[in-house]
Parts: sequence; C-alpha cells; structure tokens
Amino acid sequence: MDTGFVVDPDVAARFPDLHPPLGKRAAVVEANRCLNCFDAPCMSACPTHIDVPQFIKKIASGNVPGSAKTILEANVLGASCSRVCPVEVLCEGSCVMHGKSERPIEIGRLQRFAMETFYDAGGKLPLRRREERQQRMACLGAGPSSLACAAELRQLGFQVTVIDRRALPGGLNTYGVAEYKLRTADSLREVEMIRGLGVKFEVRDIDAAGLEELEREFDVVFLGVGLGAMHRLDVEGSTSAGVIDALEFIEGYKTGARLTVAPRVVVVGAGNTAIDAACAAKRLGAETVTILYRRQRANISAFDFEYEHALREGVKFLWTALPVGLRETEDGIALACLEVAPDEAGLLVPLEGSEFTIECDVVIPAIGQSPLVDLLSQARGVSMEWGRVVIDRATGQTTNPKYFAGGDCVNGGREVVDAIADGKRAALGIAAVLAGNEVANG
Amino acid sequence: MADLTTNFAGGIKCPNPFWLASAPPTNCGEQIMRAFDAGWGGAVWKTIGEPITNVSSRYSSVDWAGQRMMGLNNIELISDRPIEVNLLEIAEVKRLYPKHAVIASLMVESKREVWHEMVKRAEGAGSDGLELNFGCPHGMSERGMGSAVGQVPEYAQMITEWVKEVARTPVLVKLTPNISDIRVVARAAKRAKADGLSAINTINSITGIDLDTFEPRPNVGGKSSHGGYCGPAVKPIALNMVQQVNSDYVDGPPIPMSGIGGVSNWRDAAEFILMGCGTVQVCTAAMHYGYRIVEDMIDGLSNWMDEKGFVTIEDFRGKSLTKVTEWKHLNLNYKIVAQIDEALCIGCQLCHIACWDGAHQCIHVDRVTGSVDGHVEVHAKPREMGRERIAVTPIPKLDAPKVHVGTHATSLERIPRVDETECVGCNLCSLVCPVDHCITMVERPSGLAPETWAERTNALVDRAG
Repeated sequence: MDTGFVVDPDVAARFPDLHPPLGKRAAVVEANRCLNCFDAPCMSACPTHIDVPQFIKKIASGNVPGSAKTILEANVLGASCSRVCPVEVLCEGSCVMHGKSERPIEIGRLQRFAMETFYDAGGKLPLRRREERQQRMACLGAGPSSLACAAELRQLGFQVTVIDRRALPGGLNTYGVAEYKLRTADSLREVEMIRGLGVKFEVRDIDAAGLEELEREFDVVFLGVGLGAMHRLDVEGSTSAGVIDALEFIEGYKTGARLTVAPRVVVVGAGNTAIDAACAAKRLGAETVTILYRRQRANISAFDFEYEHALREGVKFLWTALPVGLRETEDGIALACLEVAPDEAGLLVPLEGSEFTIECDVVIPAIGQSPLVDLLSQARGVSMEWGRVVIDRATGQTTNPKYFAGGDCVNGGREVVDAIADGKRAALGIAAVLAGNEVANG
Repeated sequence: MADLTTNFAGGIKCPNPFWLASAPPTNCGEQIMRAFDAGWGGAVWKTIGEPITNVSSRYSSVDWAGQRMMGLNNIELISDRPIEVNLLEIAEVKRLYPKHAVIASLMVESKREVWHEMVKRAEGAGSDGLELNFGCPHGMSERGMGSAVGQVPEYAQMITEWVKEVARTPVLVKLTPNISDIRVVARAAKRAKADGLSAINTINSITGIDLDTFEPRPNVGGKSSHGGYCGPAVKPIALNMVQQVNSDYVDGPPIPMSGIGGVSNWRDAAEFILMGCGTVQVCTAAMHYGYRIVEDMIDGLSNWMDEKGFVTIEDFRGKSLTKVTEWKHLNLNYKIVAQIDEALCIGCQLCHIACWDGAHQCIHVDRVTGSVDGHVEVHAKPREMGRERIAVTPIPKLDAPKVHVGTHATSLERIPRVDETECVGCNLCSLVCPVDHCITMVERPSGLAPETWAERTNALVDRAG
C-alpha cells in the first residue's frame, strides 16, 4: 500500500484547520488548568481510556515526548483522534470543570499538541520489549479498528499483515473525514508509524475464496472491514448522474478528483456525514446547500456541535421533507418532495397536498452505510445480527474462534475512537485466547 | 474613609505605608518621582555606597503552574552610580515631594569614620531616614559588607552604634534571613538603639539549572553564583521571621518594623501589618508589573479597613501577634472534621486521593456501594473504576442517557464521603479542593475541657512530684 500523497493546494486552501493548533506556551497554560482528577471522568469517557491527566501534566512539565507516549500507549491513532473525536460528548464533555461553570480543559487540542510536536520532531512509536511470536495475524481492512488491532498485536510480538482492497491505507481516516478536521496526509503519516513497528500492508480484494485463503495463511483473522456502500436513495430517477453519495463526494475532494461542485446542492439526511458533505459542498463553491431531513431538528443524529458548525458554514436545513422522486431537467434536477409528519404510531405520513419541488444541480444522499453482508456472510461460522458481526464484548471474538472483529462492522457505525478501542481490545483478546489455548494444548 | 497616613519609627511621615524597597525600582530619582506620582508612600533608595561593577545577566526566576515569577532571584549589587549623583537626586526628590518618605539605604566599608561621613552626607541631602543594609547576601558579603555584617550580631551592633552616634533621622537596620535565628541580630540592633528594623532581605538561592547546558541561572558567561530570593514565594518565610522578631522581648520590647518579603498586594500588606509592621516594602511585584500596582494596594487596604471599621493603620497593627503561640500552648482537645458540600462537589476526587496518599485514608469513594463508617484497619488500593469499564461514544439517537445517581449535579458515585471517625482534621482535603467553600472544616466538640501540651506535661510532672 502506498502512503505517498500530495494534497491539492486548492483543497488545502479551502479546508484549513477548523480549530487552530495550540502554541507551546498556550498549551502549557491550558495544561496547567487541568485539575489532575483522580479516576478522571475524561479518562473513563474515552473509549480508549487515554490517561488524560497524565498526558496533560506531562505537557505542563515540558515532557512532551512522554506525553505523546502516554497517549500512544492507550491509543495508537492518538493524532487522528485528537482531530476527529467528538470531544464535546467524550472527554471534554465529562470534564469536571463544567461543574464549576468553567470551560472544560481543551483535551483535544492538548492531545493534538503533544502528538504533532512528537511526530514533527521525528518521534516514532516506541516498540515494546517483547519476544517475537510466530503466529500470523491478518487484519482485514486498513481502517482505524484494524490499524489499532494490528499495532497492538505487533507490540505483543505477533506477525501481522493488514489487508485492504484500496490503494491508500487508513480507511475512513484517509478517505472519509472532512479535510478541515483531519488531513489525508496526517492519516497516512500515522499509518507509516504503524508500518514502522513491522506491520505489513497488502492490497488485496478479498472475496469468499479470499477468506478461505486467509484462513489457511493466518492463525487469526481480525475483521475490521467497516461498512459497505452507502444506502441508495430509494426513489425514481436516483440513478441520475447528478446523484452522488456523501462518502464518494468527500473522498472525491480529499483525493483531488473533484474540486468543484455545481451551484445548487441538496444533501439528504442529517447525520454527521451529511454535515461533512454539506460543509464540503459549501467550501467547494456551491451557492446554496440545503440539508433535507424527514424529521425535526431534535431527531437528527448529528452531534449538536456539528449542526451548529453547518449553520455557521451557511448550510440551510429543511425539516420534515421527504424526497420522493427525481427528474433531470434542462438546467439541473427537479427533486420532488413531500412534507411528512409522524402519525400516532410514529410512522411518517405525507401531509395532503404538500408536494413541492426543489430545483438543484446535485443531490447527495447521506442516509447511512449498508453492512458488508455479502462478504461477512462468507466468513463461515461468524454469526451476524441486524447486519452486524456478533462478538464477545470483552475479547472481540466472533462465533468462529478463528475470527475476531471490531469497529463499524460490529457496532453499525460509530466514531473512530470506538473502532480503535474495539481493535485494541480484540488484540488483547486474541493474545489472551491464544495463551489460554496454549495452556490447554500443552 | 480609612486614613492610611503613617508616622514610622519615630518620625518618618508618609501618605501611606506602602514603600518601594531598596532595589532596582528605586535606582534613581526619576524612577522614584514616577513611583510617588503613582501613589507610593515612600521609597528606600537603591543602596548607596562606593559604586560597584555589576555583571550581566543578573536575575533569574521560578515560574509555577504556568505563572511567571513566583520567585525572583538576583545577583545585582548595590548602586553602580556615584554617591554624589545619588545624593543630588535625593535632594531633588525631597524638594519636589516633601510629603513622601525617602529613606537612604547605606552600605560602606566597616570603618567608623567612613560610616559617619556617609550618614552625614545622606542626611545632608535631605533623606527622611536611614536603612543600614546588613542583608545583601551576594557579592557585597564577600567584601565584608551586607550579610557578612548581618550574620554577626557584634558587627551589626557596632556599626549601628557608629551610625547612631551621628544620625539625626531614624535609623532602620535591615535584617538578613540567612541566619539560624533572625532575632539574634534584631536584638543587637535594639542594643545599639536602632529606631526600627526592616525584614526580611533576600534569601540565599539558586533558582534552577539549565538542563541543556547544566549551567545554573542567572548565567554569567557559563557560570552562576548564588543570589537573593524574593517575591511571592518567600512571603510565608518573611511573615514568620517578622512575627518572631515582633514578639521578642529580649533586650527590650520590639521596635518598629518595616515588613518585607513577597508583599504583592493589599492582602499581603494587611497581613504584615497585622503581624506588627508599621510599613511594608515592595520590590518584586513592582518589578513584575510596574508602579501602578500600588493603586489597588491603597484602594484594597482602604476598603478592607472600612469594612472592618478600622480608621488608622494603628487600629489593627499587631492584632495577629497575640494569636501566634508556641505549639505547646495549642488546645489538644479542639476537634474539627472535613465536611463535603455535595451540592458544590464537582467530582474531581482530589480530596479522596490526597487523603489516601497524603493524609489519613478517611475520604472514601464508595457512596453507591454503601457507607462503611467505622474503624478501618486495612486499606485496599484506591480503585480506578473508570478504567475498568468499556466506554463508547454516546449517540443520542441510539444510547440511553447516563444514569445519574443522587440529587446533585455530580453523580453520587463520584462524590467522596468523609469517615468522621478517622478524620484528624488536618485540612489537606479542603486545601486541594478546587471549589470554593465545597469542603469546610467544622468543629465537632470533643466534650473535653481545653488542654495544652504544656498543661498535660505539667500535670504529669505534678503527679510525679
């Protein structure tokens, strides 16, 4: 897999950092605000349980390499997490400072300061002292969950190969996060660090036969494949060239393949990905960007701060609107919609005579990703439920003992940090299960 | 409205008790006149003597928790300007600011006639008083002056007597803290009939070392030398020494004291005055923020005096002296315990870990599992429960809100509990608690009559006898 990537200068200019980095002095001042709680709520709230007070105090004392290592020990993708984590609902949301009506400690920006200072100075992931083990591990998918699993397995001494069908590793960190949050190049730098531990990367498209091959080649397979394609807009005319799904749209501009957008954009759906796509359309030059959502403001799945960010970017929201048809016209697309309201049972029903049409040029559905049922059902003995892989929560083991899993394919699509926690937990689970087996067999 | 005018040590009059200490802020007449314009009541001139040669650099500091200059260290010597220039400027300042106090700080060779000459010239220039610099801990002490005098009571007494032979204005002796008992030199000054004291001078210090070059600071071409430490960090040390001197009746009752040492604001000033000082001297705070800090000192002290019903400085001067005693006179049967206001607690658990690791293991985090009041024999390691749980990013649409236990903003499982039977009333938890008034120490009457260590041991002696 390649990690050479040069961002298009136009994209760099249009998607500058949403939050500026902290300078050294500001970081020390902020670090000194931290109370250093015992059994800190921020640490509990973090799915990877980063020792937040510890890494912050190390910034305060000028021990930035030590701070970065504290972060990396818990979360090998600490750099990208510092940029993409919804800290408002995680560490910073649980900061005790809220209790005394003070600003929470800026944990995300402090973490970013530590990680970037460390990497910019040429810091590498510290390789633990351990014995090499001969068992071979495959981590399927090169997204955050697999990367975290691979790094931890390698740190435990196993021989690890990360396999993905795409040219660039990193999964959604590389292809799917708004550029003003996380740059593709930064995601790739982090992958390089993991490669530096001795993890191998391989581009290979895995199908049913491929899975069988993996089972033969490797002792354990970790499924960190994430989710599949985005749900299609299930209306007449949705195959029009003017319809492009949100992840494809985001990937397009991040990789430099799509640097402009037509003036009138409609995004369907109100999750975090919808907001990323809508803001991107705005920054790529769209004159109007409207998010269409079939329910009310209170029902959206995007985080509050994402919603507010979209408003600041100039994105408009149209509530209780359901697209029902799409027709190409001379100068764009006519998107037929209905106004809907929930009935007594909570089902959405159209209001009589509420048909209306939105004239636009591009329609971006952002209504979730479908599970990779086709592939996962080929992994024999791996049970699925509601399109999700069933695992033992503590070890990540699936119903087929050779397979472990984590990340979006298990949780249906959550945050990067959740996927990382899953991956690391699975690595420790694999080691524990193997140790148990060895004892049993011995 | 409080009256801050001061008449110190038998005749040094000034509009308020705030003086600039003998230091860089009082280096020349131009500075001192600007300081008087800003509101300072007096200034002790940068020590006058045979001009010296200084080094560069001269200062270093200790920062703390992101704040600059908690403590300041210097290796600067006395005035590097000719005596004549300093004296001319004193005359000029006194002509333009007759109501403000100008004190000449002096340090010359330890010869009677040299001191006589210096005293006469300083008073001739119009200074309102003299301060004998027996405290400077660096450089000058190597030449037999400064703290070399202040550390030997006989020398200090002798020179003070020489000065008193000719002085017409009040004579203050500035004490060095770099001595095992500061009262010894204070007594020498009393025996020599000094009119007052100034304390403390700076404390011997090395502030730190550059971890790249291994050279201590301040760095003078790769080497350093111990300096004198001052600033907020030294205030508690100064306050203790001032108390010791001001409560000492050996060789006569205490004499007027000008308090020095980390005075940075009106609160510090009020504390030094409560400990018996008639004036306070300030240096580091003025070096850090400029002369204007005196505005709040005047305003703050006046407001506090009004609030307390004090009209003059004398109304509260020395009020706290009687409240300091030897340990053996403290009441052993006075009992307080920590009380946590659950409504204010933010759940940081600093009190819990401070008590466990640093005190008496009586603050527990077991509210949800139930209280276990009683004698605790074995202490398990404090639990870090947060690390043991699997956590995920909460998504409002998918996840139930967190369960909140208790009626206060902080969930009960995070609010620590005090086991009063084990609490020794040490104060530590209330000191580390980041929320004002959250942990208070409340009295739990022991039901026993007050008893001091002295009384208890005397009783034992009586019984034995």
